[in-house]
Amino acid sequence: MQPDISVKHLNKVYADGFQALKDINLDITPGEIFALLGPNGAGKTTLISIICGIVNKSSGDVQAAGYDIVRDYRKARESIGLVPQELNTDAFETVWDAVSFSRGLFGKAPKPAHIEKVLKDLSLWDKRNNRIMSLSGGMKRRVMIAKALSHEPRILFLDEPTAGVDVELRRDMWEMVRKLRENGVTIILTTHYIEEAEEMADRIGVIRQGEIILVEDKDRLMSKLGKKELRLQLQHPLEKVPGELVLEPVELSEDGYELIYTFDSQQEQAGVARLLRLLGDMGIDYRDLRTRESSLEEIFVGLVHE
Amino acid sequence: MNYYGIRAIYRFEMARMRRTLMQSVASPVISTCLYFVVFGSAIGSRMGEIDNISYGAFIIPGLVMLSLLMQSISNASFGIYMPKFSGTIYEVLSAPVSYVEVVLGYVGAAATKSVILGLIILATARLFVDYDVLHPFWMFAFLVLTSITFSLFGFIIGIWADGFEKLQIVPMMIVTPLVFLGGTFYSIDMLPDVWQTISLFNPVVYLISGFRWAFYGVSDVHVGISVGMTLMFLTACMITIWWIFRTGYRLRS
Repeated sequence: MQPDISVKHLNKVYADGFQALKDINLDITPGEIFALLGPNGAGKTTLISIICGIVNKSSGDVQAAGYDIVRDYRKARESIGLVPQELNTDAFETVWDAVSFSRGLFGKAPKPAHIEKVLKDLSLWDKRNNRIMSLSGGMKRRVMIAKALSHEPRILFLDEPTAGVDVELRRDMWEMVRKLRENGVTIILTTHYIEEAEEMADRIGVIRQGEIILVEDKDRLMSKLGKKELRLQLQHPLEKVPGELVLEPVELSEDGYELIYTFDSQQEQAGVARLLRLLGDMGIDYRDLRTRESSLEEIFVGLVHE
Repeated sequence: MNYYGIRAIYRFEMARMRRTLMQSVASPVISTCLYFVVFGSAIGSRMGEIDNISYGAFIIPGLVMLSLLMQSISNASFGIYMPKFSGTIYEVLSAPVSYVEVVLGYVGAAATKSVILGLIILATARLFVDYDVLHPFWMFAFLVLTSITFSLFGFIIGIWADGFEKLQIVPMMIVTPLVFLGGTFYSIDMLPDVWQTISLFNPVVYLISGFRWAFYGVSDVHVGISVGMTLMFLTACMITIWWIFRTGYRLRS
């Protein structure tokens, strides 16, 4: 299947000599939700900006919907909708005019029924005649999304879409993103909220200092790089980790009542069984045990600090 | 050609004019009327004729040109500077519009506003001074050509400016003095020889002279030279804009 976004050997060096992107190679499959994670300044926004035509590339090839972003920029850009990180809107325009403007700018004939649907889907219909300056931050964010969807793009970039919005709106947006995917829209999102990527993404890409260090199916990533933790609550506190367990990845809690055993999720339960046997042999009783998988956030932090 | 894109930008800019009618239309019309009252009626009635034209009528082309230049630059520079300032320029840069289409939208709207304003000022001038238009076609052609040329110039200023101060510097510090010294209130024939020669380096002299010729059939320089100089400046602006979009200067990093 031809990818919706294809990036090959992409480099970006700014005028001051700073290399923001280093030999980026990335394919985004039609209809998927791809989350691009990375710390501040890693190059996420530069990458998105190049694909969308806001920033010039230094070298490499980029295609959107099968069209080269430079040679066939019209076709490429027609297929893309962008919700930028900042709330950049014309404060004096009404919601309806601002969204209609975006549709026209992208070369589409007026289609009031579509604008109405987008505004209704984003709960903006009641505000259609309001000036954008009178809206709350969350509503302005919805307007940005409505503008990006006004020309019916098949690829949608969401650059930190839920930054600074309340929990309810964030959930609404996740729901909207899922609906868009169901309608065949390919979604690429950057986010600082790992919970967001964990909740929505099909695949995860991690970018660090301008380099893509990992692209992986989310579930596979979590099982491959995720850690599991077994916590045993002891009947009687220990002063230190028993000598027999020194070679095991076991820690003791500060109060001595909890033994914490960390293991790779792919390792399955072999180590756990051995640990429990050893504890039994040593006569160490426990009253409760629980396991917990590491979150995507912990995996991410581990990756970017390697 | 992305006609819907051009139309969207054009209509957006014209809507901005409607939202700011006081600033866009009323303000320049009122200030030009004050010139007519002071220089045309009050002082003008005590001045002699120049080239057999009453002083009040003589200054009309220059005053219209003053407003036209200032408003063309102001409209176009604000039009492109504001999206840069507010960050909404991302949308234009990421849209499937060529730079020609972007320029047609922004400069077309700025020039339209200036032509409308020029015609309003001309109509208003009738209330104060009696004047003729000997060559209406050429008068309108000069009006349109000057509006387009200086809207292109304003567009360049709007891209170049990285603050509101820079946006004002060129119109206030360069264009206004050039217009005042370009024969708005006098014929350059009235100046000493040295100053006549120096005046010929002022591009606005050619604009005002050509425009005045369209009204009264008299000019400081030949009308062909006026048209040629205006077209030369227009070409220089178009080349500069082509270079801006080709290199991404202050638009795309």
